[in-house]
Amino acid sequence: MSVIGILQLLVTSSLMYSAPLIFTAIAGAFSERSGVVNIGLEGIMVMGAFSSAIFNIMFFDTFGNSTPWIAMVFGGIVGLLFSLLHAIATINLRADHVVSGTALNLLAPGLSVFLVRVIYGRAQTGPLKRSFGITSFPILKDIPVIGKIFFTSVTPLGYLGILTGILGWFVLFKTPFGLRLRAVGEHPVAAESVGINVYMYKYAGVLISGFLGGVGGAIQAQAIVNEFGVLTVSGQGFMAMAAMIFGKWNPIGVTFAAIFFGFAQSLSRVGHYIPIIQNVPTIYLQILPYVLTIIILVAFLGKSESPKALGKPYIKSK
Amino acid sequence: MVEVKTDSLLKKLSVPLLAVLFGFLVGAIVMLVFGYNPIDAYSHMIIDVFANPYSIGEALTQATLLVFTGLAFDIANKAGFFNIGLSGQFLIGWLSTIIFALQFPDLPRIALVPLSLIAGTLGGALYAGIAGFLRAYFGTSEVIVTIMLNHTILQISNYLTNFVIGTSSRTEKVSENASLSLEWLTEVTNYSRLNIGFFIAIVAVVVYWFFMKYTTTGFEIKAVGLNPDASRYAGMSDKKNIILSMLISGGLAGLGGAINGLGTFGNLFVLGALPNEGFNGIAVALLGLGNPIGIVLSAFLFGVLNTGASFMSSRAGVPDEMAVIVTASIVFFVGAYYLVEWIFEKIGYRRAQGPHSTETEGGTEQ
Repeated sequence: MSVIGILQLLVTSSLMYSAPLIFTAIAGAFSERSGVVNIGLEGIMVMGAFSSAIFNIMFFDTFGNSTPWIAMVFGGIVGLLFSLLHAIATINLRADHVVSGTALNLLAPGLSVFLVRVIYGRAQTGPLKRSFGITSFPILKDIPVIGKIFFTSVTPLGYLGILTGILGWFVLFKTPFGLRLRAVGEHPVAAESVGINVYMYKYAGVLISGFLGGVGGAIQAQAIVNEFGVLTVSGQGFMAMAAMIFGKWNPIGVTFAAIFFGFAQSLSRVGHYIPIIQNVPTIYLQILPYVLTIIILVAFLGKSESPKALGKPYIKSK
Repeated sequence: MVEVKTDSLLKKLSVPLLAVLFGFLVGAIVMLVFGYNPIDAYSHMIIDVFANPYSIGEALTQATLLVFTGLAFDIANKAGFFNIGLSGQFLIGWLSTIIFALQFPDLPRIALVPLSLIAGTLGGALYAGIAGFLRAYFGTSEVIVTIMLNHTILQISNYLTNFVIGTSSRTEKVSENASLSLEWLTEVTNYSRLNIGFFIAIVAVVVYWFFMKYTTTGFEIKAVGLNPDASRYAGMSDKKNIILSMLISGGLAGLGGAINGLGTFGNLFVLGALPNEGFNGIAVALLGLGNPIGIVLSAFLFGVLNTGASFMSSRAGVPDEMAVIVTASIVFFVGAYYLVEWIFEKIGYRRAQGPHSTETEGGTEQ
């Protein structure tokens, strides 16, 4: 395989595997910036993956080729509704954020597989009707070398994720809404004293997180696995959380971290095509993303600065 | 640390009891929505388990494992740690025990059983110790580290089972000398998989209770969890206690995995996902409110639920994931204990502490 061929393979598969992580990691950043720990991202992804898969199978005849995109938005909406549970528990009912998130993570696989059994009589949906395909970007693909590596036969989802990261950064750091959301996560008392509705912004953070996490799950189901079962989402939500920390809760940093994890994940899938690492036993490549996460956290982020009021319940003053 | 704060025994007990009630209600509502009969389903799920000695034995086998993961979660939680890596520690315990037992099949039973169990315990302890060490010396989030360790050991265990210690997705059964089964126990429960592990669990509960209540180390672990700064000021080493609590936590989870390996299955096979016992252990410990008796009772409840789930699907036609939905809902309601306080407030069960006594100043930690 030529050098360009190898690079193309690496870029395509990295973008593919990072797409769900990018969306879900940005999701985590929104929730945690508002002060709510969202360990339930894994569960939210499961619900997004589940609902998009069902939508994909049921409405392919109606929507044709645009089905995966509409199903992705549907997955996002279901993720948003599911995250409402987390919002109510942590914001109104003062639940420990990690416990509530753990409950979501337990609930999602149980509920979704229960429903799949109710609908299909078995534990998996079977292949979807139309998965996200690959595209070549017009004009961009004709750029010498770069066009072939980055813009030919790739998933557009990775680029959509990068755009979402930039948009997320803009919203969080350049708009009044973002400033207030961050204020609520750093110092809710001060925020309230200047008239910010703390609960509303926390809800906004969690629900945006639910939507993006649901989208991440929908991408996992429709672009990578192409069906839904209990193993469709297996740890991606947790890896997205690691990416969120690695990216220091900044959507752009988080996006790069997610791409890095996507790259690490893709190595175990495409490693045997790549001359330098093809003789490395797969097990090392399989555990690489996880071990790398730990090493990165220890080496670079010993004292990472999370939002100050993260994980603390806020009780509205009367 | 996750802690439920209430001010009387009745209120204290009301949180887990109402959480269980609400959990079953959520399950019932889901069943009604999808056209199942919840009363029929629940009666198969619970009553059928007690209808024959075999399923009681199976429920106790499950409960045994959950006692270990429940205690494991609890001690880490008391030290201020959220050990979400129980599944991985359980699995490495299972793996180490099987490796040891397969390596020395001819040792006499009196030596092979305890040594294999110790191998599993050590495996779990050291694995969790990694997370404790990193948290103590580098401040790394134990939540992320243990989650990553979970996925790492799942891959490693499956790889070893496929290519090194086993063939075609499973290992050989361990020798008779490593078996945990007791003839009379097996017979009395109509050939269920209930084994010596059950008695080890009882001993573990008593030792755990004594350790946490009457030893200096147990006290220090609790103190560090409640207030690390004050404990450091009082001359306790928070680093030492963090690592120690994770070693004990992982050791308990590993012992659970070891008993699962020798007692329940007798071998190791390729797993599609992390063992449920880990995550259910979190549910058990939270529902048990960090009390050893509470943990035993909730382990039994979940043991019955998990065993009954198959009766529910075979006899009432309700998919057995219903048990997971109920479990998750219970955890949710235990977490949202303020709901219970709020209900008490609304129905007027309040002490004469003046109005809004549960309201603290905005932004302070509850």
